[in-house]
Amino acid sequence: MKIKPYSQNAYTPVPSAFTKFRRNCVIWQFFRFIVINIKMTVLILKSHH
Amino acid sequence: MARVVILGGGVSGHTAATFLAKWLGRDHEVVVVTPNAKWNWIPSNIWVGVGGMRKEEVIFELDPVYKKAGIDYRQAKAISIHPEGGADVAKQFVTIEYTGQGKEGNSEQLTYDYLVNATGPKLNFGATEGLGPDNGYTVSVCTADHAVHASEKLDELIAQMKSGEEKKILIGTGHGMCTCQGAAFEYTFNVDHKLREEGVRDKATITYISNEYELGDFGVGGMHIKLGGYVTSGKVFAESLYTERNVKWIKRAHVNKVEADRVHYESLDGSMHEEEFDFSMLIPPFAGAGMKAYDKAGEDITSKIFNPGGFMFVDADYSKGAKPFEDWDAADWPSYLQNPTYKNMYAVGIAFAPPHLISKPMKSPNGTPINPTPPRTGMPSAMMGKAVAQSLKDIILNSATEPTHTANMSEMGAACVASAGKGIFSGSAVAMTMYPVIPNYKKYEYGRDLNGTFGEIGLAGHWVKHFLHFAFLWKAKLKPFWTIIPE
Repeated sequence: MKIKPYSQNAYTPVPSAFTKFRRNCVIWQFFRFIVINIKMTVLILKSHH
Repeated sequence: MARVVILGGGVSGHTAATFLAKWLGRDHEVVVVTPNAKWNWIPSNIWVGVGGMRKEEVIFELDPVYKKAGIDYRQAKAISIHPEGGADVAKQFVTIEYTGQGKEGNSEQLTYDYLVNATGPKLNFGATEGLGPDNGYTVSVCTADHAVHASEKLDELIAQMKSGEEKKILIGTGHGMCTCQGAAFEYTFNVDHKLREEGVRDKATITYISNEYELGDFGVGGMHIKLGGYVTSGKVFAESLYTERNVKWIKRAHVNKVEADRVHYESLDGSMHEEEFDFSMLIPPFAGAGMKAYDKAGEDITSKIFNPGGFMFVDADYSKGAKPFEDWDAADWPSYLQNPTYKNMYAVGIAFAPPHLISKPMKSPNGTPINPTPPRTGMPSAMMGKAVAQSLKDIILNSATEPTHTANMSEMGAACVASAGKGIFSGSAVAMTMYPVIPNYKKYEYGRDLNGTFGEIGLAGHWVKHFLHFAFLWKAKLKPFWTIIPE
């Protein structure tokens, strides 16, 4: 992907190579899977009245 | 013996019906009226729409499930509500018209003690000329059949790209008053993912068109999250993903006409534009189911029960709708989902009338409203279905005189997992939570609790979405331990 100066995509952050690696790293994502599930469970518990 | 009639068998109606049947037992009647023979796990339609799942994997037959649960299932659509009864029927009733079970076209007056309106949306493709797969030029992923059709059209397009042709793909919202931008967001990135897998991404220009003021609004006024040492707007997060995947975006757009190869749209600044396409998936606006209501004398009281969009009035503060955005408050939103005039009627999910938008209302200089309408789908709609079921259980079994459980969108959170491509090791999804759904700027600096509001993209998000696919189908089929899977 090439960024074209003064186009709409010239002003947005883009992930670094390390960030992209972490997004697909199975070991790291396994821990994120647990974290996301915990966050969602807490949200559900807070939401039922 | 009490009879609870539930109109609609989608996420909220199915949740209410199955819990009520479990709690009330065989001493009371639970009746579900739905025109559909099959239940559809709609979030996975996105994967059907790109050929990543078969239709059969996202639907199942309702009849055997309702038989097992002891629910009286009527494959029919609700035509009218008579909350005071009628000339020939003393008790309150709904008029239904069968769409299946060998009684197609037959009408029936179905009496009730308690009514739960969970009719979901009418897909209002007619709001924009040329919109939709039936009488227009765009595909849809709103139903499983629509998604199958979208996948077939996408395959045709990919075949043409493989022969060297360059194509324009347009995905987004097909009207200025749409909600459900999340589905368009997911389809955009699943199409992108599919084209990369097929080796033809360089042959396609993908454009996202939306009625959102900024990307990441999603009809909830956007959200702030902690990211990279900053508290940052979801707009930044969303634009980053579009840039990374090389997807152009058009925002603040009201699509007013679709032709075979282009859409015409009005921008919030009043200017008129066209955008060409070879393949387009545009979400339609939603309307209520279009039921009428009559009093005992047969007078039309539809406007007393439903708002002009066809959504049922409940215990919300509707006076705030006429006031400026700055005067809106979290307290405007309903808690019990109970109709204020007829207390034995409730509305859940899409079917209840929101007091006003969540996103700030916007109008072009031509007077065209261009703003997302409030989402009431997914997790919040299931919570509403369960809360109303809990209240009815207490009223019927424990002699409670008022509803006992609340499902107020200003006091509940929502979890959303938006797929950005399917694959056990190649997939990704944006996992998001927000708390509360309705921003409360009096209580929270950024409108929401930053500890309960977050978003991240990655493979784990895809695993969560795939896990939820199996978990919620398991739950909806009432398989062992279904009640421990939370809403």
